[in-house]
Amino acid sequence: MSDSPRWFDEDAGPVVRPYALIRGRTRSSGDTFDLVASVRAIGESPGELGPEQQLILRAARSPISVADLAVELDLPVGVVRVLLGDLRDQGLISVTSPSAGGARSNERILKEVINGLRAL
Amino acid sequence: MDSVLSEDPVALKILIAGGFGVGKTTLVGSVSEIKPLRTEEVLSDRGIGIDDLDGVEAKNTTTVAMDFGRITIRDGLVVYLFGTPGQERFWFMWDELSYGALGAVVIADTRRLTDCFPSVDYFEQRGTPFVVAVNCFDGAARHSVDDVRIALDLDDDVPVMLCDVRRRASAKEVMIALVEHSLRTLTSAN
Repeated sequence: MSDSPRWFDEDAGPVVRPYALIRGRTRSSGDTFDLVASVRAIGESPGELGPEQQLILRAARSPISVADLAVELDLPVGVVRVLLGDLRDQGLISVTSPSAGGARSNERILKEVINGLRAL
Repeated sequence: MDSVLSEDPVALKILIAGGFGVGKTTLVGSVSEIKPLRTEEVLSDRGIGIDDLDGVEAKNTTTVAMDFGRITIRDGLVVYLFGTPGQERFWFMWDELSYGALGAVVIADTRRLTDCFPSVDYFEQRGTPFVVAVNCFDGAARHSVDDVRIALDLDDDVPVMLCDVRRRASAKEVMIALVEHSLRTLTSAN
């Protein structure tokens, strides 16, 4: 954007440091979120959420992993986790942990993955 | 059983490890769409209560970018690839990544074989299934997989294979070998 102030270029770093978004916190409340945990927006979104949290809820209308959310929002994973913790506390997201299904120990799923990789 | 499988989305993690510049990024990019995933966990994980950042102007967080790839096997079954920095100082990231991971690919360069020792040690100690993929760089002396196995002191059941991570077919073979190895590990444990 040519009309943006020139001192706000990439060299200056983000105008708002990532951890300022989460008021200096480095841990989310409750359990941490696995990188591949699936996040889905639930419930009615209240109006007073921050822009990043609104972005998360929009991205999570259909299930999305924590890692994908971090990529989509271009934020460090640690920051996304804290934001997710807030949303969970407010009952706005549901989180499915990948270990819940025991997929690693499921023979059938592994065979399906092998076949899927062959078909790539 | 069928209905449970079709309803619960399944996410599997595979780690891509190895020394600096060995081809982790290339491997992830060969088999999947690749994106950089930012972490700033050095500050968040280690600095709490130790680092006093008041008045410090220098950069105090280390942004670590992991290579992040996703392979959708089918709707509701996704394999995530994480290319992790190989140095020991990043092991705190590995601890999280290896938790519940399907397995790991350790990429080796025969010109700098010692670079992959930490990765091999790590996965051996964790009991994480892994394969060693020897990336055949141009100009690198070819060694047999047996030589590599001896040099790395690997157990007989750990697959070692030659590969060219730039080639999609070769990268795919490596991934398949890993999942087959994980499957064997699983069935022999039961």
